[in-house]
Order: sequence, then structure tokens, then C-alpha cells
Amino acid sequence: MKVDSLQKLNQIREEQRQENANNSIVKKILICAGTGCLASESEKLLEILNHVIKARKCGDKVKVVKTGCFGFCEQGPILKIEPDDVFYVRVVPKDARTIIDDHIIQGKIVERLLYEEPTSNKRIEKQEDMPFYKKQMRLAIRNCGLINPEDVYEYIEHEGYSALGKVLTEMTQYSVIDEIKKSGLRGRGGGGFPTGLKWEITKNQHGNTKFIICNADEGDPGAFMDRSILEGDPHGVIEAMAIGGYAIGAHKGIVYIRAEYPMAISRLNSAIIQARDLGLLGENILGTDFNFDIEFKLGAGAFVCGEETALINSCEGKRGEPNYKPPYPAEEGYWGYPTCVNNVETFANIPPIILQGSTWFSSIGTEKSRGTKVFALAGKINNVGLVEVPMGTTLREIIYDIGGGIQEGHQFKAVQTGGPSGGVITEKDLDTPIDYDNLLGIGSMMGSGGMIVLDDRDSMVNMAKFYLQFTMDESCGRCTPCRIGTKRMYELLVKISNGEGTMADIDALKQLSYMVKNSSLCGLGQTAPNPVISTMKYFWDEYMELIKDVDYPVREGTSQINSRVGIKV
Amino acid sequence: MTRPQEISVVDTDLELPQEGFIELEGYIDNIKTTKGALIEILHKAQEIFGYLPRDVQLYIARKLGIPGVEVFGVVSFYSYFNVKPMGKHTISVCMGTACFVRGADKIINKLKDNLGIESNEITEDGLFSLKDVRCIGACGLAPVILVDDKVYGRVKEDQVNEIIDKYR
Repeated sequence: MKVDSLQKLNQIREEQRQENANNSIVKKILICAGTGCLASESEKLLEILNHVIKARKCGDKVKVVKTGCFGFCEQGPILKIEPDDVFYVRVVPKDARTIIDDHIIQGKIVERLLYEEPTSNKRIEKQEDMPFYKKQMRLAIRNCGLINPEDVYEYIEHEGYSALGKVLTEMTQYSVIDEIKKSGLRGRGGGGFPTGLKWEITKNQHGNTKFIICNADEGDPGAFMDRSILEGDPHGVIEAMAIGGYAIGAHKGIVYIRAEYPMAISRLNSAIIQARDLGLLGENILGTDFNFDIEFKLGAGAFVCGEETALINSCEGKRGEPNYKPPYPAEEGYWGYPTCVNNVETFANIPPIILQGSTWFSSIGTEKSRGTKVFALAGKINNVGLVEVPMGTTLREIIYDIGGGIQEGHQFKAVQTGGPSGGVITEKDLDTPIDYDNLLGIGSMMGSGGMIVLDDRDSMVNMAKFYLQFTMDESCGRCTPCRIGTKRMYELLVKISNGEGTMADIDALKQLSYMVKNSSLCGLGQTAPNPVISTMKYFWDEYMELIKDVDYPVREGTSQINSRVGIKV
Repeated sequence: MTRPQEISVVDTDLELPQEGFIELEGYIDNIKTTKGALIEILHKAQEIFGYLPRDVQLYIARKLGIPGVEVFGVVSFYSYFNVKPMGKHTISVCMGTACFVRGADKIINKLKDNLGIESNEITEDGLFSLKDVRCIGACGLAPVILVDDKVYGRVKEDQVNEIIDKYR
């Protein structure tokens, strides 16, 4: 069946809703099938649930649906029962029978599987009452944990493809671009470049062949929002790419995705096939004269390929080394044609903006950073997971209210945002409202949204060393400052952390940091020294304690017991 | 000019299966355009052979009519491609930041001690190879190790032996 007009699409949506309303199915069991929960056996749980349902012969009353990531990965596998809105955590396969017998058949809530609030030890029944979800605003990850990502009809039922319908039938290329520009949406991959402006520049290039690329090469270790979006809502990204393609005049979209994400690849692939079957990708989409199709290219494990020019080289089958800019990809990109590269999360924000308008979107967030941002909260924190908050939320709210504070009652020390390109943020800056500019102002950056919480047991010199090792390994070797500079910096850090460093090494490290930062070709090298610079700024004492030849004057109140301090060797 | 046949040297003891080359040839012949498809082809080749030895790289180069060095340049650039054969079981330790702060470095050192190999090496009996990988995205279960496709979460140092022994 082809959906050849907007009316047809609306008709399918209505039918779908009708069918659900008339259905005898009274309860739906939503089960998280994101990578995190699958790793803790949610697939097996699903199998057993279906088995029990069959045995109890209640298949006509209850349906098990696998969904994308709920975000609450620490408590996985997660299971939610609708319409009761009961949220079960850490469900293991052998709980399946209890859930069916007690909850579904007898209507009794299984108390022991409810989430227990760590501070008050109270068990919480509903998702909306959980502190983890209370302050969140789920926009980009709106459909994750709500719909079955492998069923296009469920997506259509939840307003899917209606933004594309609106764009194709009611809006011109310019009005789409205007709407995105007015919304104030900025690139969510970390750079923060205004998306509407990027689209406009690409649109204004001459020529009929243009490309739109979705950057799903999520290399930041510890960030997994792009993967969760692709796993939980692949159609949302496909729809947004088609909208972008229409706006800039591209007929071909490419998703560049990490080969390390097999689940995301397979869900995206099946979503593309479903969309093609329905005619939502291909020729004459929704009966208009707009043609658009998407293919995907696999990465092969190189962090630098997240940089747009490197990504384009990799798409062309070459070594993923970055190029000099200008020319920017918007002028000369994939095979020399104008190309627009956007991040997965940026795309995920597009359909809601089109449907609900730029005024609504720009009312969320801060003056210079509109909308929401998804963060991957990890490290020494109680509630590890994926959270989406409006811009302007403070780090304290994210770490203490949503994240539930530090594990095992330890002391908060710092939070690293922006992954290997960012810096540490300490206690004193925790009340800064998060947006692109504020984070830069306090010496870190937004980055792709990884947020690693560190506690008093973590050595900051070690952290800097860890990140430098990462960037050293991932440096593509094209430009000298990055190739050799990061290696030398790593060696110095090893020497210092072994307690063999001297004050001269610290000076050299400092000097090298600024040199690499100022003279590298691409973002990887330019930001690689950030972890060193920021840990030196905030945790100078920790470096000094490891230096052997220094007579370091311990400031009052900051002194820590360490035999090396104050002893000249 | 050296003819391609003369460059070809089998540098491993392992015989490469002929059927593999036939399958690879069929794959290359069937893709729409080979322009820009080198990485795809290498993914396929690695799927068939398990790794990308010199002969496979040269075969692809000849098939596409490009210099062998161009293929090697791409293979050596990306960490996903292996040029050495892998063990029967691959143990991957997640070295993402979330796992690192929860002690992944201790886990990998323990594994190295136990197996007597470094990362990207294979044990003498060919049973295990060890890899350190970037974030696999199961940060809620940190630290995480993967044996083949099976995920072990919240791994403690003393559990490492137990896990390996299951595969011996």
C-alpha cells in the first residue's frame, strides 16, 4: 500500500486510533529494548512474558510491546504497564510470571519491583512521580519508550510524518528554513551552529545536486543519546531528514553510522524499508513532486569521523581525515556537491518544531540556546541514564534531583561535560544554567552531551591522562601539532602520574597544551588539551602533589596529607 | 611495473578459503557503484574472512583497480578492521569514560594478567583475543565486558576468572 497523499496519511492515523479504541486489548506491557536493557536480558524477559501470556490464555487482553530506551538505564531492564502507568525496574526473566499473574490477571501491583527512591526509601508507582522524570522535558526522545520502533504505523499514530506532510503541502523551502531559523535551534552535535542558517547556506548554493547527511558517528565515550534515538525512534530521524532535504533541495540523504551500533543499524534499516514500502521515501512523496531517498554508510571506528569534513571523506570510502575549511561542506562537500551535515539529535528536534511552531520551541530554554538538550548521565551517580532537560537547567538539578546524587554516599568532586573535548566543572559552578555559551564560559563545553560525574575517589590527573590517551589514539595523524603534540602530552602525564615529573614537565605540558589547541587543523586537536587545561585550573594541587622537585606552598584549608608536598628532592 | 601477482605473498600460516574469495567477488560485482564503496567492501570482507590479511587487501585492490596502498591506508586507519586473525572468542572490554571511572582499567589489567596477552593479541591456544573497545553504550551497567556478543555488566575484578572459565 502506498500513502500517496496527506489525506491518506491522516486516514491511516485515524484508522489506527479507531482500531486501538475498539480493541479488546486492555493492557499493554511496554518493555525497554534499548542496548542497555538488552544487555541485562530484556529480550529473554520478553520471550518468557509472551510464553506466560500464552499459557494463561490472556493473549486477547494484553499485548507486549518492545520500545526504545526509557533512559533509566541504571535500573534496567525496565517495564511499564499501560494504561495503569505502573513502572517496574530491574525486572529479571523470572519475574515474568509474577507480573502476569499478579498485575495483569488480578490487578495487584507488584510492590517489590517498583522503583525505590534512595533517599526516602519510598516505593514509587508512576513514572511521572519519579524524581528522575519529574524535571525532564522529553522532546528529541519523545517517542523513546513509548512506541515500537520497528512499527511505522505506531509512529504514524503518534503524529508521525505529519510534519513532513505539512511541509510538503503547505510550506515553501524558504518558509521551512525561516521557521527553523526563528526557532533558534542550534546544532546538537556540540558545535552549536544555528541549524536554520546552515540549511539556508546550503540552499543558496548553485546546482541541482545536493546532499543531506545525518551524523550518527557518536564517538564520545560515555555519550549514547544518538544511538538511543536511532534505536527508539528511527522514523523521527528519517522524517526530519526528508524535511531537511526538501528545505535545502537535496534528493538524497545519507546516514553515517558507527559500525559498533548493530541494533541501531538494524532498526534504522528496517525503518527505511518500511518508509519506502509506504512511499514515504522514494519518488513523489505524498503525491507531491518531491523525491527523496536515504541510504546509510557504516563507519569503522574512528572518533575523528564525527568532524564533518572527515565524515564526508569516510562516506567517500577514504581515510577519515579532516580537510581545511573553507570551503565548508555546505559549499563543497560529498563528492564536491553542497552538503548539509546535521547531528541525529538536531534532526530529532525538527518534526516538533514544524508541528508546534517556532514560537513554542523558542519559548523553551535560554535566550541564546533554545529548546532542550539530551544528556547521557554516567559515572559515579545513582541514576545513570539518558535525560532530556530544557536549556537553562542547572547542573545541580541534573546531578542531584534527576541523577539522585553521588553513589554510595561519596562526595561530589567534578563533572566532565563534552567528553574528551570538554573540561571539568566543579562544585562552585554547579548552579550555572546550562547552555552553549555558559558552559564555554566556565571552561568546558556542551559537546554531544556526555556528562561524567566524578567523586572524591577519582584522581583528576588520571582523568586527564585517560582523555589524552583517547585523543592520542584517535588523532588521525594528518596535522603535526595533534599527531605529535598529543603523544608528548600523554607521555608527560604518564611521567607526572608516576610521581617522576618535575616542575619543568608541568611547564612543558602547559605550553604544549596551548600550542596544540591553537595550531591543530580540526576540532579534535583544538579541543584535545581541554581536559588538561581545565584540570590544571581547578585541581592544581593534585598535580603539585605528584611533582617531586617542588617546594609547593600548601594553601591553607586545601592541604591534603601527602608526604611529597613541601619536600625538595 | 610489478605485476600484482608478484606482490601477493601469503604471510599467514592459515589457508584462506577459496569460497570466501568467490563470495567477495560476487558481492563486489553486485554493488551498484564501486565509487566510494571501499569501506563497505572491507566490512563485507571482514565478515567473510574474520580479518583482513594482506592477500585479501590486495585482492580487493586489484578487483577495484586501485593501488594496494590505498586499501591498506584505509584498513590501517580504522580500528574496526583487523589485520590479524582473532581468537575463537573475543573478549572486549569497554573503555568508555563511564566504565573507566568505575574501574574498567583494573578489569582489563586483570584480563591481561590472566590470559598473558596484551590488547589486540591472541592467546597461544587461539581461544581468546582481547580488545579494548570504545563505549558500547551500556553505561548503566559499568564496568562492562563483552565476550563475543554476550554482555557482562557490573563486573568485579574477582569475577573475571569465573567468566573466562565458562568459555574454556
